[in-house]
Amino acid sequence: MIRFDDVVLRYPRTPRPAVHGVSLTAPRGVITAIVGPNGSGKSTLIRALLGRLHPERGTVTLDGANIAALARREVARVLAFVPQREEPAFPLQVRDFVALGRYAHGTMWGVESAADRLAVAAAIERAGATEFLHRRTDELSGGEWQRVRIARALAQGGDALVLDEPTAFLDIAHEMAVFELLDTLARDGRAVLLVSHQLNLVARFASRIALLHRGALIAFGPPDDVMRGDLLERVYDWPLVVSRDPAVGAPMLVPLRGRAPQWRSSFNSQESE
Amino acid sequence: MPLRTWCLLVFAVMVAIAAGLTIGAVSLPIGDVWRALGGVGDPSVVAIVQSLRLPRVVLGLAVGAGLGMSGAAMQATLRNPLAEPYLLGVSGGAAVGAVAAIALRIAAPALLPVAAFAGAALAVAIVLGVARAAGAQNDPRVLVMAGVVVGAFANAAIMVVLANAPAEDVRGALWWMMGSLNDASWNAVRWIGLYVAIGGAALLAFGREIELLALGEDPAAALGVDVARATRRVYLLASLLAAVTVAGAGLIGFVGLVVPAIVRGLGARSARTVIIGAALAGAALLVAADVVARTARAPAELPLGAVTALIGVPFFLMRLRRLR
Repeated sequence: MIRFDDVVLRYPRTPRPAVHGVSLTAPRGVITAIVGPNGSGKSTLIRALLGRLHPERGTVTLDGANIAALARREVARVLAFVPQREEPAFPLQVRDFVALGRYAHGTMWGVESAADRLAVAAAIERAGATEFLHRRTDELSGGEWQRVRIARALAQGGDALVLDEPTAFLDIAHEMAVFELLDTLARDGRAVLLVSHQLNLVARFASRIALLHRGALIAFGPPDDVMRGDLLERVYDWPLVVSRDPAVGAPMLVPLRGRAPQWRSSFNSQESE
Repeated sequence: MPLRTWCLLVFAVMVAIAAGLTIGAVSLPIGDVWRALGGVGDPSVVAIVQSLRLPRVVLGLAVGAGLGMSGAAMQATLRNPLAEPYLLGVSGGAAVGAVAAIALRIAAPALLPVAAFAGAALAVAIVLGVARAAGAQNDPRVLVMAGVVVGAFANAAIMVVLANAPAEDVRGALWWMMGSLNDASWNAVRWIGLYVAIGGAALLAFGREIELLALGEDPAAALGVDVARATRRVYLLASLLAAVTVAGAGLIGFVGLVVPAIVRGLGARSARTVIIGAALAGAALLVAADVVARTARAPAELPLGAVTALIGVPFFLMRLRRLR
């Protein structure tokens, strides 16, 4: 389980913390989502998980162990991360790229063991990347690339999977395919924590949503508790309504047309599209 | 990389060695060279081969391999296909260290690479510091600009160091700034070869980390790499290799740029494959360039750095165009 406990994070040489006093948990078996406007501190929280930023206060723990006290390789054996953007400077074969996920399990010389080969094969199959196994990473479409990156994360073999905007730049079919895959992985017993701007998809797939605003946790709970019009409108600073998805009944956010940047006054007079 | 590509690289090295030993002011048949290597035949031929050409060729192999490996490691770690020791100012910094050691009369063959390394490490720190201060550590163009400025500063520093130096030292400094294998001696070859072997072996040992760093800092950290420490380690090793080549042959640009790209073009993908391939291709290229430098305008000798620049500059411009 991933746990943030009263975490305060500050970038070097900045006057104010980027994240202050955030506490949330991402348990095994479900998808937990972190949402919020740009600059709300979502990616900063992820940086703390990666050990790239150390909390000024509070702790980030992984299965009860303080991440700051663990070696990077120990963390990588338990927690895998799929960044939002990743463009290898030099292309690799897909299979070799996925095998990099085994780095934390190997020796310095990185000779592949039988366990490594099995883990890589299983990860590729699980992520549905078998058909482009022998292609190069620069020959993949956006959806294929995302699957390959998830395969590499699965090859790491841990029980915690963290993704930053996993469906950015994907079309509807690929977007749904990624969320379905994450749902299956969570049901298998993994703790899946994702950062996303796709609130409607998150509301359908995530069990719990953490809503961040200006570095603070505004709400944390089931989608029905967090996807409230008044709350989201205040946080996103845009007029919107929350209705129900007619197909599955999940909360569904509909942003209204405003006349930015003067929308505030029109919103106050209940003007809508 | 397919076996036949490895064979091609090894063959290129063999051809370069053969050319380096047979072609020169006096052309020698390959059979005579072969016998002279065993100390057999005309004493003057034996002397030319064993005392002049062989150390020069071996030094060229070591310097070329060092430059190739240094460029390969820097390109991967900085995720920058334009990175190489000369363009990043590392070689310039090494030259300052080496010239300072000569001026201070502490330039024993074993110590010269150490002094060059100190200069190179300082140059790396300045280039990365400038790029970081500009908020563009990962922008290839900013790094190259910072490197060019540091390189120019290094040239100026060399001039300052030598302002009141004897004529002999000034001539030596010019040698550093143009590159040459002319002063190859077995003693220098031993030290340069040792440092290149140590630096190269260490880079190979950290090959897996280099491969992960090439993915970017966040992916590397997520896969279990201590990014700050690993990056520092690779910079230092790549700088050591570059410094050693400067100590052995002066400033030779563009080999570290061209060679890793050629090896990748031949199908090398993993960091270790690229590093080994770059060592072979760099060795072959530098010995071949030295043959050109010695013979193109014989009896005059062209600066080796000028020959590699004639090959490297058009290549650099092509790469720069592709980055747009």
